[in-house]
Amino acid sequence: MNFEEFAAKPLLVAGGIAVPPSQVVMSAEEAGVAAGVIGPCVVKAQVPTGKRGKAGGIKLAATPDEARGHADTILGMEIGGYTVEKLLIEGQVPISRELYAAVLNDPVTCGPVVLFSPLGGMDVEEAAEQDPNAMRRMPVDIREGLDLGKAASLLTGLDLDGQHDAVAEVLLRLYDVYRANDAELLEINPLVLTSDGRVIALDCKFTLCDSAVPRREELSAQGTPDKATDLEAEAAGAGLKYIELGGSVGVLANGAGLTMTTMDAITHYGGQPSNFLEIGGEAYTKSETALKILLKNPNIKSLLVNFCGAFARTDVMAGGVVEAWKALKPDIPVFFTIHGTGEDEAVALVKSELGIEPFDLMDDAVKAAVEAAR
Amino acid sequence: MIPRKEHRILIQGITGKQGTFWTEKMIGYGATVTGGVNPRKAGTQHLGVPVHATAKEAQGTFDIACMFIPPMMAKTAGIDACEGGAKLLVCLTEHIPSHDVMEMHAAARANGTRIVGPNTAGIVVPGETFVGILPAFNDRVFRKGKIGVISRSGSLGTLISLNLVQNGMGQSVVYGVGGDPMIGTTTRDALEMLDADDGTEAIAICGEIGGSAEEDAAEYARGMSKPVVAFIAGRASPPGKKMGHAGAIVSGGSGDYPSKRKALEAAGVRVADVPSQIPEMLRG
Repeated sequence: MNFEEFAAKPLLVAGGIAVPPSQVVMSAEEAGVAAGVIGPCVVKAQVPTGKRGKAGGIKLAATPDEARGHADTILGMEIGGYTVEKLLIEGQVPISRELYAAVLNDPVTCGPVVLFSPLGGMDVEEAAEQDPNAMRRMPVDIREGLDLGKAASLLTGLDLDGQHDAVAEVLLRLYDVYRANDAELLEINPLVLTSDGRVIALDCKFTLCDSAVPRREELSAQGTPDKATDLEAEAAGAGLKYIELGGSVGVLANGAGLTMTTMDAITHYGGQPSNFLEIGGEAYTKSETALKILLKNPNIKSLLVNFCGAFARTDVMAGGVVEAWKALKPDIPVFFTIHGTGEDEAVALVKSELGIEPFDLMDDAVKAAVEAAR
Repeated sequence: MIPRKEHRILIQGITGKQGTFWTEKMIGYGATVTGGVNPRKAGTQHLGVPVHATAKEAQGTFDIACMFIPPMMAKTAGIDACEGGAKLLVCLTEHIPSHDVMEMHAAARANGTRIVGPNTAGIVVPGETFVGILPAFNDRVFRKGKIGVISRSGSLGTLISLNLVQNGMGQSVVYGVGGDPMIGTTTRDALEMLDADDGTEAIAICGEIGGSAEEDAAEYARGMSKPVVAFIAGRASPPGKKMGHAGAIVSGGSGDYPSKRKALEAAGVRVADVPSQIPEMLRG
């Protein structure tokens, strides 16, 4: 789950990292008032995506009038597919240097890694690509954690206006904030050195680990939910992962890998899948709910049910499908292919209750469903 | 490490509904289950084996630990298994918070444990043993043979195994590595093991979009003499969306289908468009 700047910065503040004074506003009027209190400021679009500056969503304002004008322009702007509805009015700081600092989960070492670059700002990714030395990396043993000495060693030899100790302290605090909040990613770009000797976080990106949401209820309420259609939201509420794809062949399969594979096979045989919807893992008992949500999509012309049960018992999943099918009596053809745990019972159930013979080969079921959707 | 019949298995969470169901299946298949863990039922017997309070208490009685433990309790159980001397820890649990996963990996490193998973469906050695939640006992899906199967997904691994059997082939080992982004045994690690396994003549990799597991495996496959074929799930998946598995996401062009396919093909690995092409590729 992603957090926008205005929701992420309070975590830094709580961890002892300085940020400029700021206020969240929703209108040009409020922006003017906030600028009157804060003084010379930056008007910043709040959207859950990067490249805001390049898109024109970040503007400097010397006066409240100017802030009001910028706010008027930026509010309603489309950035990365999001409409700007919120702004952060933030005090300007005298920037001497822009740095980059982050802590994130590293799939290679299976532990945290601290990243630091003396070339922070809008083009840090490009800079790091051109000069790999521009981005320093330090894996951290999660049981030992980070200490000041290790943090300082990441900065050795860099020109930081003599602020090595203060920057190392920020890295240490950043790591603590990352650990205290189940972060997948915690990034400050830019982290600035000011001409009056301060170290300040001008932006912050925080991604909360989705699997930690159940134990971070209060925190996750501050995050930005993924953009979702009504059906996707309904499915999420029922604990199901559903993604609308726009095609006409409905997909109900168990397990992420099998579901993606089913979509791939539909495409391979000339059809278009209408959705990703998987009922694998603990969700395998929810096939009835899942199918009822799936069938609300008016674009579906045929349905493909593909079960390859491991943990997910196909007899239980088929039972749910049969219940939903009998309750809704949908006017579309359905094609089954069922293998794995509980397959004998599942196949017998589909035959006796729906009068349908499941296909032995997945490809045959896919071809039939694609043909029926034409 | 490839599980063998002589490896003794400890089931953490043995008394739960799923723990009971799958432990019975493992015992019935011939796996050597020597005990279980549930602190509230320590000292009792379940399915004919002793229940211990912790894995540490059972130290010396097992080689492999297998977790049927809910996500928020997985860290404690995982670390207990490592400290209790597990050589292999099969972590089936999905949705473990990532910081807990990293702590488990750190404990594994400190204790010389190999973790498989998290979010793996386990490992089947057809005709010999199995550990996890794959339907090893279904002989329309799993039969003894010469093909090693590696899969990030339990359901897809099951489908590819089924495809092999439908075409008169069988499996030497089916190795589920797991769908999480931070896993203890990667596709490449499993490929190395199967390359060294005398019972394996060829290998089928079931990959998926996201991460760099297939690219890393391709690097190793380049130097192999055993044939390797692959299927990568997610060609039709939209970028930027987590496709069910926490590890299955294409972000900023990395981990996408074309780059994986290209890396594998450049290393001499044939890549199937649909899983049903795998058996003929293995023949040819």
